[in-house]
Amino acid sequence: MVTSASTTVHILLFAAYAERLGVERIDAALRPGATVADALAYLRALPGGTELPARPLCARNLAHVGADAPLVDGDELAVLPPLAGG
Amino acid sequence: MGFLTDTPLDVSRLVAEVLASDRGGIAAFVGTVRDHHQGRPVRELEYTAYGAMAEAECGRIVEETERRWPVRVALSHRLGLLAIGDAAVAIAVAGSHRDEAFAACRHVIEELKRRVPIWKRERYADGTVEWVGAGQAADLTVPGGRS
Repeated sequence: MVTSASTTVHILLFAAYAERLGVERIDAALRPGATVADALAYLRALPGGTELPARPLCARNLAHVGADAPLVDGDELAVLPPLAGG
Repeated sequence: MGFLTDTPLDVSRLVAEVLASDRGGIAAFVGTVRDHHQGRPVRELEYTAYGAMAEAECGRIVEETERRWPVRVALSHRLGLLAIGDAAVAIAVAGSHRDEAFAACRHVIEELKRRVPIWKRERYADGTVEWVGAGQAADLTVPGGRS
Protein backbone atom coordinates (compact mmCIF):
# COMPACT_ATOMS: atom_id res chain seq x y z
CA MET A 1 0.00 0.00 0.00
CA VAL A 2 1.27 3.42 -0.95
CA THR A 3 1.34 5.81 1.98
CA SER A 4 2.02 9.51 2.11
CA ALA A 5 2.90 11.58 5.14
CA SER A 6 -0.68 12.69 5.67
CA THR A 7 -4.10 12.98 4.11
CA THR A 8 -5.39 16.53 3.85
CA VAL A 9 -9.16 16.73 3.97
CA HIS A 10 -11.09 19.95 3.36
CA ILE A 11 -13.81 20.03 5.99
CA LEU A 12 -16.88 22.24 5.50
CA LEU A 13 -19.27 23.20 8.29
CA PHE A 14 -22.71 24.71 7.79
CA ALA A 15 -25.48 26.56 9.59
CA ALA A 16 -25.69 25.70 13.32
CA TYR A 17 -22.46 23.65 13.24
CA ALA A 18 -20.49 26.51 11.66
CA GLU A 19 -21.76 28.80 14.41
CA ARG A 20 -20.88 26.33 17.18
CA LEU A 21 -17.29 25.92 15.99
CA GLY A 22 -16.98 29.49 14.74
CA VAL A 23 -15.57 28.37 11.38
CA GLU A 24 -16.94 27.28 7.98
CA ARG A 25 -13.86 25.61 6.51
CA ILE A 26 -10.92 23.75 8.04
CA ASP A 27 -8.15 21.81 6.34
CA ALA A 28 -7.36 18.76 8.49
CA ALA A 29 -4.16 16.71 8.18
CA LEU A 30 -5.20 13.14 9.00
CA ARG A 31 -3.29 9.86 8.99
CA PRO A 32 -3.33 7.92 5.71
CA GLY A 33 -6.27 5.49 5.73
CA ALA A 34 -8.37 7.85 7.83
CA THR A 35 -12.15 7.60 7.76
CA VAL A 36 -14.98 10.06 8.25
CA ALA A 37 -15.02 9.06 11.94
CA ASP A 38 -11.37 10.18 12.25
CA ALA A 39 -12.21 13.56 10.73
CA LEU A 40 -15.09 13.93 13.21
CA ALA A 41 -12.74 13.10 16.09
CA TYR A 42 -10.41 15.83 14.79
CA LEU A 43 -13.31 18.30 14.81
CA ARG A 44 -14.38 17.30 18.33
CA ALA A 45 -10.94 18.24 19.64
CA LEU A 46 -11.39 21.83 18.38
CA PRO A 47 -12.98 24.61 20.48
CA GLY A 48 -16.75 24.09 20.34
CA GLY A 49 -16.26 20.64 18.80
CA THR A 50 -17.85 18.76 21.67
CA GLU A 51 -21.16 20.40 20.71
CA LEU A 52 -21.30 18.26 17.56
CA PRO A 53 -23.60 15.23 17.88
CA ALA A 54 -22.05 11.76 18.11
CA ARG A 55 -23.00 10.83 14.52
CA PRO A 56 -23.76 13.89 12.39
CA LEU A 57 -24.79 13.57 8.75
CA CYS A 58 -21.73 13.74 6.51
CA ALA A 59 -21.10 14.11 2.80
CA ARG A 60 -17.88 13.28 0.95
CA ASN A 61 -17.37 15.06 -2.38
CA LEU A 62 -21.06 16.06 -2.61
CA ALA A 63 -22.60 12.67 -1.71
CA HIS A 64 -23.88 11.36 1.63
CA VAL A 65 -21.57 8.87 3.37
CA GLY A 66 -21.44 6.93 6.64
CA ALA A 67 -18.86 7.36 9.41
CA ASP A 68 -16.82 4.38 8.19
CA ALA A 69 -16.27 5.83 4.69
CA PRO A 70 -12.57 6.19 3.82
CA LEU A 71 -11.00 9.56 3.02
CA VAL A 72 -8.20 10.25 0.58
CA ASP A 73 -5.98 13.27 0.11
CA GLY A 74 -7.95 16.22 -1.30
CA ASP A 75 -11.39 14.95 -0.34
CA GLU A 76 -14.03 17.47 0.67
CA LEU A 77 -15.97 16.42 3.76
CA ALA A 78 -19.10 18.34 4.73
CA VAL A 79 -20.64 17.98 8.17
CA LEU A 80 -24.36 18.63 7.84
CA PRO A 81 -26.73 19.80 10.60
CA PRO A 82 -30.26 18.32 10.54
CA LEU A 83 -31.69 19.18 7.11
CA ALA A 84 -34.61 21.60 6.87
CA GLY A 85 -35.35 22.07 3.18
CA GLY A 86 -38.83 22.06 1.69
CA MET B 1 -28.52 22.08 -12.82
CA GLY B 2 -30.20 25.22 -11.52
CA PHE B 3 -32.58 23.80 -8.91
CA LEU B 4 -31.78 26.56 -6.39
CA THR B 5 -32.83 30.17 -6.89
CA ASP B 6 -32.79 33.49 -5.04
CA THR B 7 -35.84 34.73 -6.95
CA PRO B 8 -39.57 33.99 -6.38
CA LEU B 9 -40.70 30.56 -7.60
CA ASP B 10 -42.94 30.28 -10.65
CA VAL B 11 -45.08 27.11 -10.54
CA SER B 12 -46.56 27.72 -13.99
CA ARG B 13 -43.06 27.74 -15.46
CA LEU B 14 -42.34 24.34 -13.86
CA VAL B 15 -45.65 22.96 -15.17
CA ALA B 16 -44.81 24.26 -18.66
CA GLU B 17 -41.43 22.50 -18.43
CA VAL B 18 -42.98 19.05 -17.93
CA LEU B 19 -46.11 19.50 -20.09
CA ALA B 20 -46.30 17.26 -23.17
CA SER B 21 -49.06 15.94 -25.41
CA ASP B 22 -48.59 12.35 -24.20
CA ARG B 23 -48.66 13.29 -20.49
CA GLY B 24 -52.24 13.68 -19.30
CA GLY B 25 -51.67 14.00 -15.57
CA ILE B 26 -49.67 16.76 -13.87
CA ALA B 27 -49.25 16.90 -10.09
CA ALA B 28 -47.76 20.02 -8.50
CA PHE B 29 -46.62 20.60 -4.92
CA VAL B 30 -45.82 23.99 -3.43
CA GLY B 31 -44.38 24.34 0.06
CA THR B 32 -44.85 27.79 1.58
CA VAL B 33 -43.54 29.60 4.66
CA ARG B 34 -45.80 29.00 7.69
CA ASP B 35 -46.53 31.71 10.24
CA HIS B 36 -45.79 29.41 13.19
CA HIS B 37 -43.32 26.72 14.29
CA GLN B 38 -44.00 24.54 17.32
CA GLY B 39 -46.46 27.08 18.68
CA ARG B 40 -44.22 30.12 18.19
CA PRO B 41 -45.23 32.89 15.78
CA VAL B 42 -42.74 33.19 12.89
CA ARG B 43 -42.10 36.55 11.21
CA GLU B 44 -39.80 35.49 8.37
CA LEU B 45 -37.15 32.92 7.61
CA GLU B 46 -33.92 32.51 5.76
CA TYR B 47 -32.88 29.47 3.72
CA THR B 48 -29.23 28.62 3.15
CA ALA B 49 -27.73 25.63 1.35
CA TYR B 50 -24.57 23.71 0.65
CA GLY B 51 -25.11 24.82 -2.92
CA ALA B 52 -22.96 22.41 -4.92
CA MET B 53 -24.25 19.36 -3.08
CA ALA B 54 -27.87 20.56 -3.00
CA GLU B 55 -27.79 20.93 -6.80
CA ALA B 56 -26.20 17.48 -7.19
CA GLU B 57 -28.65 15.82 -4.79
CA CYS B 58 -31.70 17.44 -6.48
CA GLY B 59 -30.36 16.15 -9.81
CA ARG B 60 -30.02 12.64 -8.38
CA ILE B 61 -33.58 12.74 -6.98
CA VAL B 62 -35.02 13.87 -10.34
CA GLU B 63 -33.04 11.19 -12.18
CA GLU B 64 -34.06 8.42 -9.75
CA THR B 65 -37.72 9.49 -9.88
CA GLU B 66 -37.81 9.58 -13.68
CA ARG B 67 -36.24 6.11 -13.73
CA ARG B 68 -38.74 4.65 -11.24
CA TRP B 69 -41.91 6.15 -12.81
CA PRO B 70 -42.67 7.13 -16.43
CA VAL B 71 -42.75 10.85 -15.59
CA ARG B 72 -40.96 14.14 -16.13
CA VAL B 73 -39.99 16.14 -13.04
CA ALA B 74 -39.30 19.87 -12.58
CA LEU B 75 -38.11 21.13 -9.21
CA SER B 76 -37.11 24.48 -7.72
CA HIS B 77 -36.08 25.51 -4.18
CA ARG B 78 -35.80 29.10 -3.02
CA LEU B 79 -32.89 30.44 -0.95
CA GLY B 80 -32.46 33.68 0.99
CA LEU B 81 -34.90 35.67 3.09
CA LEU B 82 -38.57 34.65 2.66
CA ALA B 83 -41.76 36.16 4.05
CA ILE B 84 -44.81 34.32 5.37
CA GLY B 85 -46.70 32.76 2.46
CA ASP B 86 -43.75 32.82 0.05
CA ALA B 87 -43.17 29.58 -1.85
CA ALA B 88 -40.03 27.83 -0.58
CA VAL B 89 -40.21 24.79 -2.84
CA ALA B 90 -42.16 23.96 -5.99
CA ILE B 91 -42.40 20.65 -7.82
CA ALA B 92 -44.25 19.70 -11.01
CA VAL B 93 -44.50 16.11 -12.19
CA ALA B 94 -46.16 15.01 -15.42
CA GLY B 95 -47.09 11.45 -16.36
CA SER B 96 -49.49 9.68 -18.65
CA HIS B 97 -51.94 9.30 -15.77
CA ARG B 98 -52.54 10.77 -12.33
CA ASP B 99 -51.39 7.75 -10.31
CA GLU B 100 -47.73 7.99 -11.28
CA ALA B 101 -47.82 11.80 -11.21
CA PHE B 102 -49.06 11.90 -7.58
CA ALA B 103 -46.77 9.08 -6.42
CA ALA B 104 -43.68 10.56 -8.04
CA CYS B 105 -44.44 14.09 -6.80
CA ARG B 106 -44.78 12.78 -3.22
CA HIS B 107 -41.51 10.89 -3.62
CA VAL B 108 -39.65 14.01 -4.79
CA ILE B 109 -40.69 16.19 -1.83
CA GLU B 110 -40.03 13.43 0.73
CA GLU B 111 -36.57 12.70 -0.69
CA LEU B 112 -35.77 16.42 -0.93
CA LYS B 113 -36.56 16.91 2.76
CA ARG B 114 -34.54 13.83 3.70
CA ARG B 115 -31.45 14.31 1.54
CA VAL B 116 -30.90 17.83 0.18
CA PRO B 117 -28.56 19.98 2.33
CA ILE B 118 -30.70 23.06 2.92
CA TRP B 119 -31.20 24.77 6.28
CA LYS B 120 -33.56 27.43 7.54
CA ARG B 121 -33.20 30.00 10.26
CA GLU B 122 -36.48 31.31 11.61
CA ARG B 123 -36.97 34.81 12.95
CA TYR B 124 -39.73 34.77 15.55
CA ALA B 125 -42.13 37.56 16.43
CA ASP B 126 -40.30 38.04 19.75
CA GLY B 127 -37.08 38.90 17.87
CA THR B 128 -35.19 35.66 18.52
CA VAL B 129 -33.54 33.72 15.67
CA GLU B 130 -33.05 29.94 15.56
CA TRP B 131 -31.85 27.27 13.16
CA VAL B 132 -34.72 24.85 12.61
CA GLY B 133 -33.90 21.34 13.81
CA ALA B 134 -30.66 22.40 15.50
CA GLY B 135 -31.71 20.78 18.75
CA GLN B 136 -32.55 17.42 17.15
CA ALA B 137 -30.31 14.39 17.23
CA ALA B 138 -28.70 13.67 13.86
CA ASP B 139 -30.13 10.90 11.72
CA LEU B 140 -28.07 7.73 12.01
CA THR B 141 -29.05 6.48 8.57
CA VAL B 142 -27.31 7.55 5.41
CA PRO B 143 -29.80 9.20 3.05
CA GLY B 144 -29.98 7.47 -0.28
CA GLY B 145 -28.56 4.28 1.20
CA ARG B 146 -25.02 4.96 0.01
CA SER B 147 -21.99 4.57 2.23
